[in-house]
Amino acid sequence: MAVELMKGNVALAEAAIRAGVEAYFGYPITPQTELLEHMAKRMPELGRAFVQAESEVAAINMVYGAACAGARTMTSSSSPGISLMQEGFSYIAGSEVPAVIVDVMRGGPGLGNIQPSQADYFQVTRSAGHGDYHPIVLAPASVQEAIDLMGLAFDLADQYRHLVFVVADGLIGQMMEPAEMPPMQPLRQERPDWALTGAEGREVNTIASLELHAEGLEAVNLRLQAKLETIRAAEQRSTEILTEDANLIVVGYGTAGRIAQTAVLQARQQGLKVGLLRPISLWPFPEERLSELSDRVQAFLVVEMNAGQMVDDVRLASGGQVPVRFYGRMGGMVPVPEEILHEIVTVYEKLITSGV
Amino acid sequence: MHEELIFAGFGGQGVLFAGQLLAYTALAEGKHVTWIPSYGPEMRGGTANCTVVVSRDPIGSPVCQNPSIAVVFNNPSFEKYEPLMMPGGLLITNDSLMVTQPERDDLEIVPVPATELATQMGEVRIANMILFGALLARRPLVSVDTVQRVLIDKLGNRKAHLHEANITALKRGMELAQHAEV
Repeated sequence: MAVELMKGNVALAEAAIRAGVEAYFGYPITPQTELLEHMAKRMPELGRAFVQAESEVAAINMVYGAACAGARTMTSSSSPGISLMQEGFSYIAGSEVPAVIVDVMRGGPGLGNIQPSQADYFQVTRSAGHGDYHPIVLAPASVQEAIDLMGLAFDLADQYRHLVFVVADGLIGQMMEPAEMPPMQPLRQERPDWALTGAEGREVNTIASLELHAEGLEAVNLRLQAKLETIRAAEQRSTEILTEDANLIVVGYGTAGRIAQTAVLQARQQGLKVGLLRPISLWPFPEERLSELSDRVQAFLVVEMNAGQMVDDVRLASGGQVPVRFYGRMGGMVPVPEEILHEIVTVYEKLITSGV
Repeated sequence: MHEELIFAGFGGQGVLFAGQLLAYTALAEGKHVTWIPSYGPEMRGGTANCTVVVSRDPIGSPVCQNPSIAVVFNNPSFEKYEPLMMPGGLLITNDSLMVTQPERDDLEIVPVPATELATQMGEVRIANMILFGALLARRPLVSVDTVQRVLIDKLGNRKAHLHEANITALKRGMELAQHAEV
């Protein structure tokens, strides 16, 4: 495969196709629409299912149905559309069927605007619906990483029979960048043994999220929590630069993490010992790595395109060992490296005592 | 080499395409590149712009506060970006549509009457390539040969009748900027 200049939304769609998605259901919303558009063109070409549903609520319930039938399936939307889908997310998680959701986040709350944002962090990492669960949440910082994580998302969804989110922001969705597609995977020929495939010649399978007896539902929850514990131990992902000798570590994901990387390099040019930790899985949060780093740095600076959401996870993982400061922009504003650098210098001067 | 560019103008002037042409060409030459369009409410008001970062090294931030190069297709874009330019930066203007006088003396400002020239050449839509040529003459970020090859490839067979006009416009822009008094 060759390196091509690709738009993030198109790359996400094509990567899902390469990963063997059999059925896509969605409803258009900026800044995600090119994803749906690409699916509208490619899925019928390949003889796979594409439905532009009448609403987000319909789309997520179609995903639920296809997932119950054992198909690799997905939907995509942007923040307000994701809110509309929340009931369906919870049913999918409660029924333990695999599904992949892409959220190309935009400014909120409410209808907000169509500019890049990371304001849905709480929404997607905490539960993305009612009830007691966390979806797996992956956050790419480049078009190439969006492609790579899309394939991973389908594999994790199948492996754990769970809901997996790929969360980008409008900037990743709209940006064009050189990237390389993986080869086309063959479609899965066999359905999983739990899938609803007609029950001919076998016992009836039942998939439901309804359990009227409290003891029964507690047992369901215990099983779900045990699964989430396994995921929490096995699926923490992050990447880092210049953390080896850093006194201050900047923590940011997606677009904010990428812009922070430029600011970190600028700070190094000024002789400040600064590094970057970029979480790739937002749930499970890379708490083990963050906890290790808190043993040897003097402070963290969290940068997000929201009012401060992941900063809570950084504080929890660092266990109050070191100060955790926050810098964020909201409402669709994207920080530039200079303002993050300014914040780095301010925090450094205030909190970093020696060892320079 | 690391340049942060803005292309800005009205919708329909080929602003986003000019930025994409640079991005595709940079990739063809093995450089690192990012391209971000404006897709916010401003584009509904008729203005369009994109940010292109071209670099020898992997690109962190795809957004910039102070562009090192701007190609402005109209007067509102000139007014918006002149104050934001990095000192010593290159500002190519579509002189046909300029009203405001430059205020800064620390920039390399190259006025090119692109709309008038394109109209004289019989195809107003090639004003973007005249400006692109001017950019290449002043900052050879990519080679003209690669640009021509990529341009023809991107215009495709459906627009084969426009190949020659676009290439001519590109060269006209280069000549003008080479000889322009700055």
